[in-house]
Formats: sequence, C-alpha cells, structure tokens
Amino acid sequence: MDQTGPVPTDATLRPVGPYAVLVEVGGPREALALVQHLQAHGPRATDLVPAARTVLVDGLDGPGARRSLEDAVAAWTPPRDADMVSSDVPVVTVPVVYDGPDLETVAELWDTDLDGVVGRHAGTPFTSAFCGFAPGFAYLTGLPEHLAVPRLATPRERVPAGSVALAGPWCGVYPTASPGGWQLIGRTDLTLFDPTADPPALLAPGTRVRFEPA
Amino acid sequence: MTGSGGPVDGTWEVQEADGVVLVQDAGRPGHAHLGVPRSGWLDPAAARAALRLVGDPDDAALLEVALGGLALRATDDRWVALTGTARDVRVDGRAAAYGRAVRVPAGAVLSLGPPRAGVRSWLAIGGGVTVPPVLGSRSTDTLSGLGPARLRTGDLLPLGEPAAPGVEEPPYVVGGAARAGGAGHGAPVELRVDPGPRLDRLALEAWARLTTTVWTAAAGDRVGVRLDGPALEHAETSELASEGLVLGAVQVPPDGRPLVFLADHPTTGGYPVAAVVRAADLGGCAQLRPGDPVRFVAGR
Repeated sequence: MDQTGPVPTDATLRPVGPYAVLVEVGGPREALALVQHLQAHGPRATDLVPAARTVLVDGLDGPGARRSLEDAVAAWTPPRDADMVSSDVPVVTVPVVYDGPDLETVAELWDTDLDGVVGRHAGTPFTSAFCGFAPGFAYLTGLPEHLAVPRLATPRERVPAGSVALAGPWCGVYPTASPGGWQLIGRTDLTLFDPTADPPALLAPGTRVRFEPA
Repeated sequence: MTGSGGPVDGTWEVQEADGVVLVQDAGRPGHAHLGVPRSGWLDPAAARAALRLVGDPDDAALLEVALGGLALRATDDRWVALTGTARDVRVDGRAAAYGRAVRVPAGAVLSLGPPRAGVRSWLAIGGGVTVPPVLGSRSTDTLSGLGPARLRTGDLLPLGEPAAPGVEEPPYVVGGAARAGGAGHGAPVELRVDPGPRLDRLALEAWARLTTTVWTAAAGDRVGVRLDGPALEHAETSELASEGLVLGAVQVPPDGRPLVFLADHPTTGGYPVAAVVRAADLGGCAQLRPGDPVRFVAGR
C-alpha cells in the first residue's frame, strides 16, 4: 500500500514516539468499540488503552505495524447506535450503602432528595469505559450530561476503599484507599481489584454495571 | 502465576539496607487498560547486563539499589554482578569487581557502598530473586503499591536455583555503555525525543524551546523526573480529557515545567504530552540527581 492510502474520516491518528499511536475518536463508546475492532483486526500491540475520547495503541513493533494500524482504523466504522454495547456482556451488580458524605450535595445539584439520588443512581445502566488513576479504578459512563457534578474544590487526603463516587459525567468506585476529589455518595464491600483474579479488575473496560441499594 | 512464589532454592539475609532497594524485573506491561502501570527496571540495558553476567535469563528479577548502601549475608555460594552507577563492591570487606561476575561464598557478606555519582545500580544474584509474582511480574510498583515492599534490614530474600551451577566464571563481559551511570560528570544527560501527540496544544515555539534549553533535574522518582527551566507555554487551555500515557512521555502541566514519565508512570493523564523520549535513552533518567543538567535532542 502507498502513503496515500484510505484516510479515516472518523478517527485521527497521532504518533506517540516510534512505537505508539493515539487514535482520537468521538467518545468513550467509540473508544471501546475501536478497541474491540483492533483486537480482531489490528496489528499486534502490547497495550490497547481506551480513554474518554482516545485509544492508545502502545508497543507496536515497527513502521509496518503502524501502517497496519492505519489500515485497520480506516476500515473501522464507528457504532451509529448510541447504545451499542452488546447485550451478551455480563452485568456486574454492585451493592451500595448510600451514606456518602457528599450525598446531600449531590441531591442539591440534582434538585432532588436523598431517595431521588439513590433512585437515579441505582436506576442508571452504566458501562465501564476505561480504567485509570489506580489499578481497577473504572470510569463508568451512563449518567446523562445534565447530572454531571463538579469535583471537590479541595480533594480529600484519604478516600476509603469501596467508596462510590461521582465527578463530571462519570461514576467510579475506589478500589483502594487513596486521596481523591470525587463526590462520595456511598460505599460497597465488593473487591474491585484482585491481582489473582481473571480479569484482575472487576469493572474492566466494556463491563456493564448496575448499582443496587444494599 | 498467582499466590505462590517461584522455586526457592536459597535465602539470603538483608543485613543492612539504607538505600532504597527494590525488586525489579521486566515489569508488567499489557495491563494498562486496567489501570496497572508497567513498572520494571528503570534501565533495561544495565539490568539485563547484570543478569547475563551471572547467567540469569532476561526475565529474572534482581535488586535495584537507589542511593545508600546495602549488605547481604550469603547462605550459599552464588555469582553476583553489579551494573548501573558505580559503587564499592566488597565481599567480607575485600574489594571486588564492579561490572563483572563476583563469586560470593556461603557465609560471606556482600556489601555495596553508596554511589559516587548518579543514583541507581542493579545487583543480579545467580538464580534470581524469587518473591511471588503479581500479575506476572516481581517488580515493585511505587505508584500503585503492587509487588513486594522495599527491602528492609532483617528481610529474607528468596533466591531461585542458579541456571548454570558449577561454572567457574560465566563468560559474560558487560559493555561500557551499560556500565556508565551517565550522569554526574557535568555534561548534560541527552534524551532523544520525537514530537508528542499533543504538541499542537503548546505555543509554536515550544518544540524549539524544549530542544534547545539545558534543563535542570528537580524532583525525581520511579514515576518520573520533573525539570526546571523556562516555562513551556500552552496555546490551547481548554480541558483535555484523560488519555493513555506511554513510557517516556514528556508531559507539560499548566505550570509549563516538563515531566518525563518513567516505568511507574500512571496509565492515563490529562495534561498535554509534548514529546516522547526514545526508550533506549531513559536509562539516563534513572541516574539524575536534583540539579543535574538534561538536554532533549530532536530524534533522527
């Protein structure tokens, strides 16, 4: 193939040094879909890392692999349906005690009461879009944009493990105790990250997630 | 690959560890999508040279010794080898060779002095360090806490069966480049860079400024090295969504001071990556002390 091969219209490729490429896509669902496409049709890579609007393809082994990636991305069609997550993906149910210190703040932001927060949160089907921040910390997408909440102005020095939290349009569960600036609405006893499990992250990218009052 | 460790053939005792001594191997790449950093030795060339000197395979684990000193009491006969920045190597008080295989007899004490320059050395012990692997690696990840704790005085170090027992002197000689610590002689550590994926979010002159300035190492650890110098200005200040980070990424936070990410880097980040350091040059970053000069050289 020559250098004027098919130009992708839905994804932009940005080189990241000799062995990696950052592919820009429309959003988290497109990123997940592109990861699935590249797992089946892309060149061999060490890591495929989805994020909010990108997929990082790391550990390509040379210019040939880069051209294969360009071709694979050009041959990809982003999912048109907003709800493209296939229904054969299992759902992880996360039991939550809704007693977080920021529950009232979130109720105010959502213009509802405590039960209203619980109802909306437990009534939302979430999907793990990507992991970051800490091993097993999943960015869960599913909340409508108008329920986005700001981060804390001053992050907490210590957020307990199992804390269920919101920031921006995302929901997340802290796998281990750490500093954190997300709004805490509850807690779960589930183990989010276990290096001896397969997969080690309970909420690996693509996993569907439901919260239910414990 | 879980829970239980590798074969334990011997156990050496940590008599004294006043440096930061960590177990490292090639790390755990392939788990970045789960938020797990790659970790692993900071200078693959130097670490692998040490392993080869004692006859260990390239995926064995060894000790990464930062600053300070270390004393180990041997409980059986093994070859050891030290690479990276130079230190005094002694066996029961007698000077031994740096950058070569050294036989340590049972009952002897192997001691390493503090480095004269640079920061880190790699100590391979025949048979390899066989602490239990986590996600396929024995490396200590200082960012997420995966892997074994740093070595403390009194710890017992499990070691595997040496690959080539009975060999008088392994036929390995380490090359000069792998031995040289790099830093500490006044000349800047040179890091070849390629443009990064978000260079276009910085001001037009940022690339020229990045590659012509002599930067000064500020704080540094296994996660990354922060550099002092003229601020690199951002042209685009709208928020950038978090995206995957690579080893060697040169990230520019809002304050304009670049940060070079090393093995324990977070898997995602939200500040623009202006450049990427060639992996082969990152070993030099392992030897930087605060105040050391650093230059970025445009790749090719």
